[in-house]
Parts: sequence; C-alpha cells; structure tokens
Amino acid sequence: MNWLTNFVRPKIQQLVRPKEVPDNLWIKCGACEQMIFHRELEKNLQVCTHCGHHMRLPVKKRLELLFDDGNYKRIELPKVAEDPLKFKDLKAYPARIKEARSKTGEHDAIIVAHGAMGGMDVVIAAFDFSYMGGSMGMAVGEGLVAAAELAIVQDAPLIVVPASGGARMQEGILSLMQMARTTVAVEKVKEHGLPYIVLLTDPTTGGVTASFAMLGDIHVSEPGATIGFAGARVIESTIRQKLPEGFQKAEYLRDHGMVDVVAKRHDLRKTLINILDLLRNRGPAGQVVPLRTRVAAE
Amino acid sequence: MNFLDFEKPIAEIEGKIEDLRHMGDGDGLNIAEEVARLQAKVEKRLRETYAKLTPWQKTQVARHPDRPHCSHYLAGLFEDFQPLAGDRSFADDSAILGGLARFRGRSVMVIGQEKGHDTETRMKHNFGMARPEGYRKARRLMEMADHFGLPVITLVDTAGAYPGIDAEERGQAEAIAKSIETCLGIRVPLISVVIGEGGSGGAIALATGNVVMMLEHSIYSVISPEGCAGILWRSGDQAQAAAEALRLTAQDLLRLKVIDEVIPEPLGGAHRARDAAIHTVGSAIERHLSALVTQDPGVLRARRRDKFLAMGRTGLE
Ligand SMILES: [Zn+2]
Repeated sequence: MNWLTNFVRPKIQQLVRPKEVPDNLWIKCGACEQMIFHRELEKNLQVCTHCGHHMRLPVKKRLELLFDDGNYKRIELPKVAEDPLKFKDLKAYPARIKEARSKTGEHDAIIVAHGAMGGMDVVIAAFDFSYMGGSMGMAVGEGLVAAAELAIVQDAPLIVVPASGGARMQEGILSLMQMARTTVAVEKVKEHGLPYIVLLTDPTTGGVTASFAMLGDIHVSEPGATIGFAGARVIESTIRQKLPEGFQKAEYLRDHGMVDVVAKRHDLRKTLINILDLLRNRGPAGQVVPLRTRVAAE
Repeated sequence: MNFLDFEKPIAEIEGKIEDLRHMGDGDGLNIAEEVARLQAKVEKRLRETYAKLTPWQKTQVARHPDRPHCSHYLAGLFEDFQPLAGDRSFADDSAILGGLARFRGRSVMVIGQEKGHDTETRMKHNFGMARPEGYRKARRLMEMADHFGLPVITLVDTAGAYPGIDAEERGQAEAIAKSIETCLGIRVPLISVVIGEGGSGGAIALATGNVVMMLEHSIYSVISPEGCAGILWRSGDQAQAAAEALRLTAQDLLRLKVIDEVIPEPLGGAHRARDAAIHTVGSAIERHLSALVTQDPGVLRARRRDKFLAMGRTGLE
C-alpha cells in the first residue's frame, strides 16, 4: 500500500462508484479492494473484514468506542472570533465554515468530552476530520485549552485524538500560534502529574504533529495511520525521489522511536485503560479506586 | 547588487549614476550636480516604493539574497561568539547556528537559522531549512542557557523545516514540538527577532519569546504564499493573492498582536544598508533585554506562557 492507493484511487472510485455500487451499500476497501457490506463494516468499527485495514472512524463513533458503555458528556466550547483575517481564496472562509457546519453538524473540528474509561474519569479531545480536514484554527486551539483545563479541574488524565491535515490556512498566523498555545495547555496537564496520552489516528500531519501531538507521555497509534510533519507530495517534489514503502505510517514511526504502541482499533480501549491504570497505580483491572483530590475535596 | 522586479526603475536610475561617475567631469557637463539630482530621485522612488510594498513584494524583500542573514548579525552584534555544535544524539545541523556570545557586555545564548549567501554556503546551511538535529541542538542550547541563567536571543530566517525522508525518519515533528516546548519552558529571557522569512513550524520552533519582533519587511506565515496558492487556489501562480490573504507582513502581525514590535529598516530595505539594519536590531534587542533581565525567572516563564496561551482568541477588529 502506498500513497497512490490511499489518495488517488479513492478519487477515481468516487467517480465510478454510483454505477458500480448502487446506493453505496457496499464499500470497497482502499487496501485490498474487496467489497464489504456497509452494515458489516460499521459493526466491525470501519476495519476491513478481509484484510484488517483501518478506515477512518467518525469522531462520535470514536468517542463511543473509548468511553465505558459508549457514554460521555460533551462540554460546550467557548466561542472564538470567526474568520479572524477576513480570508478569501476561491471561496470566502465564512462560506467554507458554513459548509463544514452543515455537513458535520458541528461547530468546529474538535469535540471535548468527559466520562469514564475502565471506571476512571478521563477527558478526551477528539478531532473531527470531516470538518475541514480536522485543521487546527483558533476554535480547535480553544478546545484543547478547555480540555486541558477540564482535565486539571477533574484531576483526570487527558487523551487527545488528533485526525488532522495540520493548520487551518484560512486563519493564517493565528493558526500557527495554536501550536504554541496547545503546547502550553498540555504542559500544564503534565505538570499536574496527570497522564497525557496521544492517540494518533489517520492522518496526523503538519503543525498538529509538530506541537501537542508529539508531546504525549505516551503515544498510541492505530495501524497504518499516516503520521508526519511534511506532506508526502511536498517531500517528493523537494527531493525528487519516490518515498519508501510504509513511509510515515504508524509502524514506521514506531520503528523510528516516535510511537510507543500501535494498537488495533478493537484493542484500543483495553490498551488505553491498562496504560492509565498502570500510570495512576490503580489496583487490578475492574477495581475502582477513588481519585485522590476528589477524596480530599469531599 | 540583486534587484527585485519592482525595483527595476530604481535600478535603471542607479545604473545611470554609475555610468556618470565613470565618465568624469568634462564636456561642460556638471556631473556631480547630475548625480546628486539622480540620487535624490532614487531616494524619492525608494521612499515611495517601500512605503507601499504589497505583501507579495515584502515576501520577495524578506527573501532577498543580499539581505543580512543570521551570520551577519552574529558578526555585527555579538562579541566573543563561541559556536556550539551538535544535538548530542545524532549530528550537527548547520542550518541552525548557535552558541555563547557577549551582547553589549552581557553573556547570552544566540540561536538562529542561516540561509547562506552563495551556492557553497547555501548547500552547507541547507538554505536555512533545519532537520530534527537542528531543532534538537537549539533545544540543547536553550536548556544550557536556562541552566546558567543566560538570556536567549533567537534570529528567525527560514523558509521552513526541511521536508525530507531523513528529516521525517528522525522525527521532525517531535523535534519542532520539543523546541517550542523548551522555548516556552525556560526561566530566562527569550527575545526572538524575525529577520527575514518566518516559515511556519520551522520558524515558530524558535520564536515563542517573551518579546517577538519582526523587521519591517520580514514575513511570518503558517505556509508559504506559493504553498497556500497551490492548495487553496490550486495554482502556484496565485501566490500574490495568497500573500495578501495570509496577512503575513510584520504590520499585519502587529495588528493581530502576534508580535510585539516592528523594527524599522533602512530606506529601500535591510539589503541596501546591512550595517544600519543590524545596528537597529541590536538597539531594539538591548532595550527589551535590559527590561527583561530584571524580572524574576518564574515570572518570565509564566508571562511568556500566558501570552501564548491567550493567543488567538480574537482577530482583526
Ligand atoms: Zn481490506
């Protein structure tokens, strides 16, 4: 599998799919090209039932997958200035925002939620890749700051789940500044002795990777996720060389020392709970010990 | 001297001045008077042109090959410079220069990207595009400065971090992230000056200072105008439009409160009077440094962090 199968083929498929696959009831795996019935794929958490290829999981499904019994509470995020630069390319930025909102039903590209994982309070900030490619602008920065503050207030571990092409270009320098801002936010969580875990999902690139996403105490990734700083095409056009097989994939990052664990989607919850249990020195799995500050507060 | 496209009319007049000088007096023509007249014309043109540079023109000025680079500032502003090399785990990266030096009588750590000025030095410094070992060296030097209580001065001038297989292999993203983290974490004064091009993550890796300044015609952006045009306009030819939309000039960044000060450049840009430009930068650094060194280390760190934590709640009014 290379970038061609990932990026070029889906586009071609989009063109031919209507005839080939009536009503999109069947979905073709981008890796093995086998057809999978949509219900089956959904039941299998968007993991190919033939080859195990991990397709992108919608953000809400992700949260359901991680929290105990799929239960979580979202927090309302403070509003930030919209279209801070009055940015216009072929389309005005407010029009793109409107489009993304009506497509996703979300205000911006991040959801901050809290709930229990293995009976333990956790805060999760998860990116919505379907909202403008999960790009990080001021609202996303605000979401991460809020998530960090919530984790500190609740004395809870913070798990961030990036799925992002990088900075939100339409917010220019202000999106670049979110790299510094989110770095301070996660540092504060770490200074409180709380675990900060990054669950890297496909794709995590650009300014998102080069800030909070590479500053976790522990980095967990899904198999095959693209993780990197520079985009594959930028690198290819700079060095005029074909990129090696598996370049910037989760396994490649693990082999090069940047990711601790590559865990299959079906094992993610179990893996994360075990890590948090061990980091917080709780009893064996299943035994719920009250968190220390909460006890102190009561 | 290299001239930019929009400087052509000025270049023509300057060519005439050059010709006249070589002619010498004679033929009843008062050459000195004519030269003075033309020089006044050059100045007027420069003033007019540089007062209303477009963002795209500023991008070209910021990348001007004759613009003073990091090494010029090192030579012009610092004494007893002791370069320090290596990230202590893989290599030294000459795209980032750094070391101990004396600045106006005070020991400091100075770090900056160096682009090079001819083929040989450009290759040596990889056009100022650092690999992970460059950012890891920067981090090491900042930590050393923190340990010894020395202020840090960073000079930012890069098109961006190097996009290569080796750079990705060795964790470019992590290296940049850690460099930002270190900038924000140290308890000594950190002053950053964008002297030319502030290219994206590769620039902010060194630029989260207590004070961030930009030269009048420097730029600082999340992506190059060419890159942005390629993605959003689907045509690299629209770089001019992208440069406008991105708000990447020093003046825009000051309005957005992303930077603290714009340092004026000599008439016609820093490349026309390098020494004067370097001197002005030195005075600005000194002014801020003498105020910052009186602050408590914890306060320095807290204020720097609070400043960036609050950044990006508002936009242009
Ligand atoms: Zn498959």
